[in-house]
Amino acid sequence: MSLQIVKETYNGKIPEIVFGRDKKASFGGASALPFHFFEGEFPHKPLIAFEIQDVTPEDYPEEIAKVYSSVWDDSIRWAKFCESIGAEAIALRLASTHPDSKDSSSEQAADKVKKLLDEINLPLIILGSNHTEKDAEVLPVVADAARGYNCIIGKAQESNYKTIAAASVAGGHYLIAMSELDVNLAKQLDILITQTGFPKDKIIIDPMCSALGYGFEYTYSVMERIRIAGLIQGDTMLCQPMVADVGFYVWKTKETQASEVEIPDWGSLHERALMWEAVTACSFLISGADLLIMRHPEAVKITQTFIEELFSIKGK
Amino acid sequence: MLIIGERLSIISKKVREALIKKDKEPIKQIAIEQWNFGAQMIEANIGPAENRGEELMEWIVTTIQESVPLPVSLDTTNPAAMEAGLKIHNNQWGKPLINSTSLDPERFIMFELAAKYSVPIIALTVGKGGLPRDAEERVEIAVQLMEKSVEYGISLEDIYLDPLVLQISGSQNQAKEVLKAVRLFHELNDPPMKTIVGLSNLSNGCPKHLRPVLNKYFFALLMYEGLSAAIVNPAEVIEVVKTINVITGKTLYAHSYLEI
Repeated sequence: MSLQIVKETYNGKIPEIVFGRDKKASFGGASALPFHFFEGEFPHKPLIAFEIQDVTPEDYPEEIAKVYSSVWDDSIRWAKFCESIGAEAIALRLASTHPDSKDSSSEQAADKVKKLLDEINLPLIILGSNHTEKDAEVLPVVADAARGYNCIIGKAQESNYKTIAAASVAGGHYLIAMSELDVNLAKQLDILITQTGFPKDKIIIDPMCSALGYGFEYTYSVMERIRIAGLIQGDTMLCQPMVADVGFYVWKTKETQASEVEIPDWGSLHERALMWEAVTACSFLISGADLLIMRHPEAVKITQTFIEELFSIKGK
Repeated sequence: MLIIGERLSIISKKVREALIKKDKEPIKQIAIEQWNFGAQMIEANIGPAENRGEELMEWIVTTIQESVPLPVSLDTTNPAAMEAGLKIHNNQWGKPLINSTSLDPERFIMFELAAKYSVPIIALTVGKGGLPRDAEERVEIAVQLMEKSVEYGISLEDIYLDPLVLQISGSQNQAKEVLKAVRLFHELNDPPMKTIVGLSNLSNGCPKHLRPVLNKYFFALLMYEGLSAAIVNPAEVIEVVKTINVITGKTLYAHSYLEI
């Protein structure tokens, strides 16, 4: 008698996301739990987007500053640099719009986005500053400026989703919906956004990211629960791709900053810092992230190798 | 929980008149309303239909399926009308359901039809001796119905056991016997037997304002016992279904759970 492999039965399929205008990038589409190639279809690999900012970052630690300090004064040069080292997508964070930063206006932000879109071919993710009131002003204007470029706009939250969702649908964009580490709230926000008329299959869930050692397991288990609810329990409101905004959280941790002199036991800062980002990223792939936003090119490379190696067993 | 919309019944004056006049509009409207409230199947109850039963069943099945993409539960005691319905039914959205057979030998022909068209069938736990007295008697009849269905070559997974909901105003103690029967029916097989009820008979004969109250609470209890299907007014039970699914963990809670 031959051995019968017990397979999970699935009741959902994650929508496919194809974004960008000239050059496109894609992710999503899975019909089984992450990397369960023996149980379902995986038309796309997870995608990694390189994060850039619209203003010279003040909080990038040394290890990451080294990589980008020659280009970070100009987001176009920064984006082109990322492209030159193999980026498939860019995530532009409009950090300057935050009231505690430069508090730059919606129009200034829209202007920057337009110029960037004119200059680069890569698909673009446009992120606000995570200041809910300011994002509610900025993101609609930016979404309108990027009309027709088929971008991903983020992040809509419970307190500001209305204007952002309306502008994103009008501009023909995808939308990131962020809730705070809670599967019920993630579902609720998706219901609210779809009730505005925003298409359900153009929503990307951000369950709120975290870094290894800093609440990592909360994000991990919320992601797991969302994916299980969406695919196995057939909860259509949670059957959506997920994003992990990895770099933003990882590069705040002490492990990416403390020097070898400060803590000799922790070993090489360089290796430690980029591994912190890579390990966080790879782990979120296992819990169901389809899109990763990352910073360090070497961490991206390690994560990409991880994805390639896992995908090499697909169909075997 | 398979929700079957009950409203297209010969008992309703509006439906009866539409059937007589062959007026499609009211039929379609009622089908669509039930679909909008979450019906996954539409019941077409044409009664005994002794005159022109076949034509009547064909007409109503076609009319329903012209308006909603759902399968139809065929309710008639007329075997020829039943077969006509089975023949004309469009299986694109699922198989039709035969409503119903029982231990009454006159109804065995329905088993034959279920086997011939390989469709599911409702088996009422009504014995030769009339209405069952309690849950245990319902189980005895259920076992005999299961034996019969095997005799006719019908898979037990195609049988919906109906414990027969009786009127609360006349047979109050039967309500809890029905609940118990649903629980016991599931244990008669592995995988568990499917169960079904015609819910609103519970409140037949009760004041109009009480009917939805009685139906809804009873339905919540039936769901808790694991009922698989129900012939109901979908608008009346939709909140119960969603809420009980949340309480029992089948659906993930969100503040707007009633709106989806």
